Amino acid sequence: MNLKRNIRSIQPKLKMDVLSPDDIAKIHEAALEIMEDVGVRFPSEKALNILEQAGAQIDRSRMIAKIPSTVVMDAIDKAPAHYTLAGRDMSNDLALDGKHCYLSTDGCGIEVYDLETGIKRSSSKKDIEDSALITDYQDCIAFYWGPMVSAQDVPAEVRPLHELEAAFTHTTKHIQPETIITEPIAKYAIEMGAAIVGGIQELRRHPIFSVMQCSTDPLGQDKGSLEASLVSAEAGVPTGFMPMPMSCATAPATLAGNLVITTVDSLSPLVLIQIAHPGAPVFFAAAPTAMDLRTGGYTGGGPEDHLMAIAFNQICAFYNIPLSMGAYATGAKEPDWQAAVDNSFAGLMPVLSHTALLTGVGLLYGSQILSYQQMIMDCEIYDIIKKLAEGIEVNEETLAVDVIKRVGVGGNFLAEKHTRKHMHNIWQPVVFDRTPYDAWEAGGKKGAYSKATAKAKWILANHKPTPLESALQKELKRIIRAAEKELIR
Amino acid sequence: MQEQELFAKMSHTILKGEIEEAGELARKAVEMKIDPIVAVNNGYTKGLDEVGRLFRTGEYFLPDLVAAGEAMKHALDVFDPFLKSRKTEKKLMGTVVLGTVEGDFHDIGKGIVGSMLVAAGFEVIDLGVNVSAQKFLNAVKELKPDILGMSALLTTTMPNQKKVIELLEEAQERQNVKVMVGGAAVTNKWAMEISADAYGEDAMAAVTVSEQFAATSVKNQANLTPTINRIRM
Repeated sequence: MNLKRNIRSIQPKLKMDVLSPDDIAKIHEAALEIMEDVGVRFPSEKALNILEQAGAQIDRSRMIAKIPSTVVMDAIDKAPAHYTLAGRDMSNDLALDGKHCYLSTDGCGIEVYDLETGIKRSSSKKDIEDSALITDYQDCIAFYWGPMVSAQDVPAEVRPLHELEAAFTHTTKHIQPETIITEPIAKYAIEMGAAIVGGIQELRRHPIFSVMQCSTDPLGQDKGSLEASLVSAEAGVPTGFMPMPMSCATAPATLAGNLVITTVDSLSPLVLIQIAHPGAPVFFAAAPTAMDLRTGGYTGGGPEDHLMAIAFNQICAFYNIPLSMGAYATGAKEPDWQAAVDNSFAGLMPVLSHTALLTGVGLLYGSQILSYQQMIMDCEIYDIIKKLAEGIEVNEETLAVDVIKRVGVGGNFLAEKHTRKHMHNIWQPVVFDRTPYDAWEAGGKKGAYSKATAKAKWILANHKPTPLESALQKELKRIIRAAEKELIR
Repeated sequence: MQEQELFAKMSHTILKGEIEEAGELARKAVEMKIDPIVAVNNGYTKGLDEVGRLFRTGEYFLPDLVAAGEAMKHALDVFDPFLKSRKTEKKLMGTVVLGTVEGDFHDIGKGIVGSMLVAAGFEVIDLGVNVSAQKFLNAVKELKPDILGMSALLTTTMPNQKKVIELLEEAQERQNVKVMVGGAAVTNKWAMEISADAYGEDAMAAVTVSEQFAATSVKNQANLTPTINRIRM
């Protein structure tokens, strides 16, 4: 049964800033100074040639481009402020219009808490199919990012294409892989996308996938990622780069210093893309954090992350380009108190700064372990955040003066028509436990985790996403076979 | 400057992570014709012990350890030619060859492991990033390290750790070196699958594992003098 529901985005009314306009200007100027004086490593001849033509000073031996601020600003002015991320089903299109926030899954995990056994195991292609199917069902999740986990049961050389296939066939929502990181893989991915929408021109109008790349902080990019993004941008597939600078390790210990690195590493590849393909849809991305001071690990979920999430969105708004911010992504190892605290703040803060894309739900331990329960529970956190961020509407109808007059002193509002008309706006939990104590005890003391387990199992058993036509399924398989032939040596 | 005063200053440079100063004091010791081994044991190592103690009690953080390791390395680099010319083998806890596997350019985590191993008394040879299996094999043949550490951050580059182990086996070098693997994508299960000797989940674990290897290594025990005390985590 196809149980598809409309995507529930957030149109936040509440707004929070942590930087003053003067602060933003200072970070911007520092970023320009670093790009011009120190430069950024672009380890790709193709990329260096493009930057050189535009007036950057190139050090070929170190593959570093020093980019004058005028070149940066001219290029970045060409990037569109608004565009659409399309879904295979057009009712799932996402308008990046500066007004909406969209939630995705988290991605690129390597292990899974098995839904049946609860035991931690390596991830496989089937987990991508299952998590994409849950994404398709959950109205909170607007697009599938990642993929959520790595398909470790297929050959590494063509793994991203298998992952894309698994996602395309199990959800009609937009897909944003972070694994399309070489030029040949990007070409095959574009071929797959074009096949589904009916041609390369159609893909440009209706990009059913976009690509995210990782920056190599500090002040560096990756060859494959750069070349894959250039190919994608040429085809009109939206592209962004996600730096994850860790204060104390790959960024200064100070948050302002981290934001300078984040800005340079996210902005500099967009400059390259705009020079090569002016007007191509691009987005900022970031997941700045602080290093764990004891282990050197990625923390994911400290107060610094939340402050930088708001700050970086303010910086992106200054450049007038949409942002995808690493949200949720708790450092907790299990779906526990820590995960809830982490993800509540990490989900709320980017929404309060009106971040376009929030990545995303369902992974634990710094985006390494998929938990289907966490996916469901993170959606509940999002639902609370949605309610909070949309604020309070005040008008004649909501003030309800007539109703108050009629009910009067000591009465109640239960049976009022006005109550029944508006009661559906009162937030309702899916997995929060609100059962009376005795009922909870009698029911085996089951809380949110049990409910989330049941919910995930129910979705997997009952929801059937709109299938991809069998001819297209075959075509995707053919493309993967062609890729295997070329890329597996 | 009196010897004792110099030793105290050496210890202090490690404690405060004053990298340049640590090197300068080593040069001073050479000028004063102080035995490098004595300088290290009575000077720098005292600082390392204190750094280790402060880390254990929670007062020091990882950047303090890394800076101490860098300062120690700087001092040892100055002493190196003198130790060699004297034909004294600078036998530390052991030698570790480190590198990030082919196709992978992640550097920082491996760098932290390297610094902390130096702080723990190991000699570390870092082959850098994007290191081919052949290059790892050559390093094992030529440098004869006690431990080979390989980093991989990506599920797509992890298989290259396996390739290196297979190449070591083919070349009949596998039994001569302990293989330690790490990196974000790597798990203990993977380490077992590819028959690595150990898995270091983080930099601290890598040091602990290396220390265990050193403690059980016959080669090392036979060569403990002159020894350099190590930081204890």
